[in-house]
Amino acid sequence: MVTVVDYGSGNIKAITNIYKLLKIPFFVASKPLELEDAERIILPGVGSFDYCMSKLNNSGLKQVLNRKVMIDKIPVLGICIGLHLMASESEEGILPGLGWIQGNVRKFDELKLVNKPKLPHMGWNSIQVKSASILFKGINNEHGFYFIHSYYIELLNDEDIMTITNYETDFVSGINKSNIYAVQFHPEKSHSNGMKLLQNFSEL
Amino acid sequence: MLRPRIIPSLLVHKKGLVKTEAFKQSKYIGDPINAVKIFNEKEVDELIVLDIDATKQKRGPDFKLINNIAIECRMPLCYGGGVTTVEEAKKIVELGAEKVAFSASAINNINLLKEVGDVIGLQSVVVVLDYKRKGIFNKLELFTHNGTKSTGVNIFDFIRKLDEIGIGEIVLNSIERDGKMNGYDISTVEKARNIFKGPMTVLGGAGSLDDIKELTNKFKIIGAAAGSLFVFKGKYKAVLINYPSFEDKNFL
Repeated sequence: MVTVVDYGSGNIKAITNIYKLLKIPFFVASKPLELEDAERIILPGVGSFDYCMSKLNNSGLKQVLNRKVMIDKIPVLGICIGLHLMASESEEGILPGLGWIQGNVRKFDELKLVNKPKLPHMGWNSIQVKSASILFKGINNEHGFYFIHSYYIELLNDEDIMTITNYETDFVSGINKSNIYAVQFHPEKSHSNGMKLLQNFSEL
Repeated sequence: MLRPRIIPSLLVHKKGLVKTEAFKQSKYIGDPINAVKIFNEKEVDELIVLDIDATKQKRGPDFKLINNIAIECRMPLCYGGGVTTVEEAKKIVELGAEKVAFSASAINNINLLKEVGDVIGLQSVVVVLDYKRKGIFNKLELFTHNGTKSTGVNIFDFIRKLDEIGIGEIVLNSIERDGKMNGYDISTVEKARNIFKGPMTVLGGAGSLDDIKELTNKFKIIGAAAGSLFVFKGKYKAVLINYPSFEDKNFL
């Protein structure tokens, strides 16, 4: 069973559509009690950092999320802004993040990007797997995934890097620290690669 | 490495898919959901779906249709047509679309884009620019209501404003080249590229993969959108949904 956190932001349906297609059981949790029995959690996010963080703060889900992830250590997968929320802070906003991962979210430096288009980094890009993970079993790294973002995470510890991607400069496109997984791209919109990744997560 | 995006663009008219020529003479292509299913199998980079009735009929987006399309889409979906409010845009994203496209409503009130951006993120805000030559100086002017309503707004002046706001993407749509299948309007793309920093997609005129190649060779990371090319086959334009394979795209 995969539990998708519905705190009022994000493409929940895009994710559940895939699980429906794969015939993998899922549940959409919007109340704290509904998270108590979760075995695996997906934390999505669309919009700006503060918009998502304030939605999460107001949802009443933060406390149980912190416990499930940091104490019970159940697998969690952050997607896009969901990855950003796991960091300590973001240049995109003033609210503190969840702090599950040591790192800060930065904006790509437009002045350092030589070619147009500059931002957002948008489209299909390949990935390079840095630390082998079941999450990327059966994935075509060259085909890669669909990205749409202007911010990326700068990690304090290199060992938390799961994948990197190049957009004129290398950036971290996937992180893994014990039970915590997060990806900058959108598996729910990345055809067979994305479906495979979401399936792999359900089997962790 | 980031790759150029090759994007089928589908027009919805009376709940069916159509393909037009110079925004007129619409020809029935088939059922939208069926087409999306085929494009899924072909693993298309992205999909643009535009409801060409909504603004003309002064109505909002058809959420039922968007929902049905979004359920099928395993690729990024950009929806446009009749979106005039923040709430509508938010609902479209909640239904599973990545991007919401504006045209008439953005030309009437450009501030709408910022308001929408605050909620769904500016990266998901797209503006479709339908343009054609007008007047003795052949200035490129923006049109709305399926190319029937002149706005008096110069395309490049407007792109400058969109660049300042920092929206996610612009779609340059040449009304004159629509359905003609004899190449993209490269010179306009070039001028727009000089003004706009963000992602651009070009629509109108693609008749072969060579046309796409010309565009991507020149502009590298760009969206090459097409209608006719991906729904017709042969000179008699028989309806056949098609799309290049990953390997074919790599040769472009």
